[in-house]
Amino acid sequence: MEDTIAAIATAYGEGGIGIIRISGEKARDILNQIFEACSPNEKTDFMHRSGYRKLIYGHIIDHNKKEVVDEVLAVYMRAPKTYTTEDVVEINCHGGMIALTKTLELVLKNGARMAEPGEFTKRAFLNGRIDLSQAEAVIDIVKAKTKKGFEVSVAQLEGSLSITVRTIREELLKLLARVLVDLDYPDADIEELTYCDLKVDLKGIKDQIDALVETSQTGMIIKDGLKTAIIGKPNVGKSSLMNALLKEARAIVTEIPGTTRDTIEEIINLKNIPIRLIDTAGIRETEDFIEKIGIERSKESFNSADLVIFILNASEELSPEDEGIIGYVKDKRTIVLLNKIDLGQKLKKQDILDKIPQAIIINTVITTNQGIEELENVIFDLVYAGKIKQEDNRMITNLRHKDLLEKASLSLRDALALVENKEALDFIEVDIKGCWELLGEIIGEMVNEDIIDQVFSRFCLGK
Amino acid sequence: MNYFLMDEYDVIVIGAGHAGCEAALSSARLGQKTLVLSINLEAIAMMACNPSVGGTGKGHLVKEIDALGGEMGLNIDKSFIQSKMLNVGKGPAVHSLRAQADKNKYHVEMKKTLEAQENLDIKQGEAVELIVENGVVGGVILKTGSAYHAKAVILATGTFLRGKIFIGEWSFESGPNGLSPSILLSDNLVKHGIKLRRFKTGTPARVSSRSLNYSKMIEQPGDDKIIPFSFMNDILEQEQVSCWLTYTNEQTHQVIRDNFLKSALFGGQIEGVGPRYCPSIEDKVNRFADKKRHQLFIEPEGLDTEEMYVQGMSSSLPEDIQKKFYQTIPGLESCRIVRPAYAIEYDCIDPLDLKITLEHREITGLYCAGQFNGSSGYEEAAAQGIMAGINASLKIQGKEPFVLDRSEAYIGVLIDDLVTKGTNEPYRIMTSRAEYRLLLRQDNADTRLTEKAYEIGLASTERYNKYLHTKKNVREEHARLSEKSVSPAEAKGLMEKYGSAPLQNRVTLAELIKRPELSYRALAEIDSDRPVLSEHEANQLEVLIKYAGYISKQLLQVEKFKKLENRKLNPEFDYNQVNGLRIEAYQKLNQFKPLSLGQASRISGVSPADINVLLIHLEKERRKK
Repeated sequence: MEDTIAAIATAYGEGGIGIIRISGEKARDILNQIFEACSPNEKTDFMHRSGYRKLIYGHIIDHNKKEVVDEVLAVYMRAPKTYTTEDVVEINCHGGMIALTKTLELVLKNGARMAEPGEFTKRAFLNGRIDLSQAEAVIDIVKAKTKKGFEVSVAQLEGSLSITVRTIREELLKLLARVLVDLDYPDADIEELTYCDLKVDLKGIKDQIDALVETSQTGMIIKDGLKTAIIGKPNVGKSSLMNALLKEARAIVTEIPGTTRDTIEEIINLKNIPIRLIDTAGIRETEDFIEKIGIERSKESFNSADLVIFILNASEELSPEDEGIIGYVKDKRTIVLLNKIDLGQKLKKQDILDKIPQAIIINTVITTNQGIEELENVIFDLVYAGKIKQEDNRMITNLRHKDLLEKASLSLRDALALVENKEALDFIEVDIKGCWELLGEIIGEMVNEDIIDQVFSRFCLGK
Repeated sequence: MNYFLMDEYDVIVIGAGHAGCEAALSSARLGQKTLVLSINLEAIAMMACNPSVGGTGKGHLVKEIDALGGEMGLNIDKSFIQSKMLNVGKGPAVHSLRAQADKNKYHVEMKKTLEAQENLDIKQGEAVELIVENGVVGGVILKTGSAYHAKAVILATGTFLRGKIFIGEWSFESGPNGLSPSILLSDNLVKHGIKLRRFKTGTPARVSSRSLNYSKMIEQPGDDKIIPFSFMNDILEQEQVSCWLTYTNEQTHQVIRDNFLKSALFGGQIEGVGPRYCPSIEDKVNRFADKKRHQLFIEPEGLDTEEMYVQGMSSSLPEDIQKKFYQTIPGLESCRIVRPAYAIEYDCIDPLDLKITLEHREITGLYCAGQFNGSSGYEEAAAQGIMAGINASLKIQGKEPFVLDRSEAYIGVLIDDLVTKGTNEPYRIMTSRAEYRLLLRQDNADTRLTEKAYEIGLASTERYNKYLHTKKNVREEHARLSEKSVSPAEAKGLMEKYGSAPLQNRVTLAELIKRPELSYRALAEIDSDRPVLSEHEANQLEVLIKYAGYISKQLLQVEKFKKLENRKLNPEFDYNQVNGLRIEAYQKLNQFKPLSLGQASRISGVSPADINVLLIHLEKERRKK
């Protein structure tokens, strides 16, 4: 029996409709668990011949949270006449990237696992579905996986995620070694592991994993938030904008140019989209050393931004500094705020569009909150329309990690239940080891010998 | 060397230790004319170290060897003087049987069995040369000039091969226990291109029982109920003797610390790699400096001897220091050492040079087993011995090899680990090495293996019938228990007696057995029409019912595992022609020539992506045909 696999089949961050494809024995069951047809007659259609290969309109429901995730069209195609020759389900999601990602998460929670790159095609080939000439292409995809996997893991190495996962694995390893001693060395002069100790240790580790899951709760932009850089020359209103969006005084706002000496980061929740705001020190030539550092950082942070909010003083002509910034933002997804229009409008929308054709332009008076709501709506629409693109790798791995973290947490939940019932240690060990292996998949480590090394370095054993 | 032809055999086994005995017996039992050689016939099945058989993981191996029709289980059942089931407080998968042996009786009984075995000759003699022609083994030549031709040769040289004993700064060439080492053969193997390396192991002193004060030690008796190792034995009666527990102390450690440099281990004389599983006492004191005491067990070597084995205290310190630190231990104050502790270094092979059948990759017909393959322990040796014997015979008969995989037996785990992953120290089996531990229990070794062994002709008809009988009884009783139900009123007394929650509705007896506080035996009082089951059958049945959930979960995992395992690879295949494999992967694959995709996936340096590339390649090849 092969695993049931799932993935987003359409390109990330582009297009209004996204398709999730599920392949494998459990595909139909999973669909039935998360899908509710709008017309009551169609409710059980997937179980009947009449419902095969029929696009049915309905909703994806998260039963745990009792919420509707998205409005979708779903189709069930029965094996063997499908792309992979297995049972295949496709869900057309209409709600943009977030809904798409949430739906995929639900699919994973209900028994599928994330497909490897090229895996649908691989199955299609192995099951005799595609012809020989396509085989080479499949090998390329599979090969690419090694490289891509490497890139991703390198990217992740820098993140706090991998450090935390490694720490948790260390703790699990210690516990596993301890369990192994009890199982394989019953005669050893080492205090037996009690259920009480086990419970404390397992609970502690599970809490850490759950905390990790929690921080990655927000779907698409799971870990980082949508990186949004606020940029503009000094005193144009960047800190005020940040405060307006935060709805509390966070950055220091003064009339003196250059007050914001460093970049400030804040995560805001904009209509359920996590946005990581980066307020940059004004980009301008300066002799002040500390401010210079701040400026360097501004440039860095906006180079990596997914979205740029560029604030101009509408009551003044474009300054050389503004022109300089325009040079930076030309290729970025940019929203331009023409601020301080209450002081008169010397800059016209068209002037800006001539220089930054892709820009979306909003007139604002940030100090009075004028235009802020419009800005929020524009950001929301951009995200939901998938017009803001995050790097694919990051999303895929984040989702994969989240899936693995949740499964790791479930293993420990099972282990704890066994501890509670005072079941034998060797059963409990199976779940602890499962958890350890799942976490190992995140950071790409799975070596059994580790445990045995740990045992003999920590415990004095043997005849 | 001048030699003369003495005789011809199908299979010659070099060495009659635990591997050699099983190899010789299985080969002879499969109808091959077999010769087993030993430097000294008194060394047949000699227990050169601890006087016990079994323990965690090892007990499982013995049960499996028995289920296959091997001898170890039967032999220990004839010669044990104490029996103990370890880990009974834990799940059934880690219950492990261990027996103390009367060493001499163990040897005598095994020798009798070899002598009585049809098709088997035993001979005292030292093999000094292998006859190899064009990469095919053809026989052996002994030190005396006698040559024997054979179609297959099994090397089971244990610690004899260029054996060297170390006691302090004194060292000398020797086999175990003062027996002659085998020096010339080692050179000859190298001449044939076999790569050898050095491993080491050690054994503690034997002390005279009369010199011990047992009142200062804690008695360790055997179990009241004796469970046999062999599935052929239902009940065993034997008066048991005790072992004794005592501890080292700060004074012991001080003596050892003061003399670290006199140890052959720390003095640098020993080049071989020792097992972490049997560290010497100086190693323990050195590495676990903050440990205030180490436990040791005093174990009888037999009923007809005063010799006692000091388990936990192997050493390569000089004899005077040994005496000094042994005598710091409560109960051993005036102990007299009968045989000093020693470390022994020996030649062995890198098991990565072996196929999964234990045949050498380069020399056809040459099989290897036991400590020579880099393992440690009697049971590990015996397990490889029986498999080498079987496969040598099957090859001669032109039949398919007999391979057990990781989901079928600890034997499979052991051999797969050795030949696929290799080892850098003497390898010991552990229950934690098995992925499918819940299925590889010692209670069901017969269910797992006897039918297979019967098919290849190793398990006797008597054994097979006994297994079928057990299987039938368990199946029928399982069905009956799943059928028969009791009412809350009928079960009331029983529930109260065992503190079990009262029933709400009728439930089947099988359901009741699943409750942790109840058992098959406990239900006897509300189940008057049950048939008579043997201890073993009742035990197997109870495990099947109680752990049904876990078992079916692991069966699913095994099903997945088997998918890759069943995709066979051609051992002649040249991996250079597979487009898309990484360099390291095709080098390793060409070196190993794995027999299945599953085995390939366990080779270090072969990634999951490489396996995918292979899968695709296989499918391409299939379609071309």
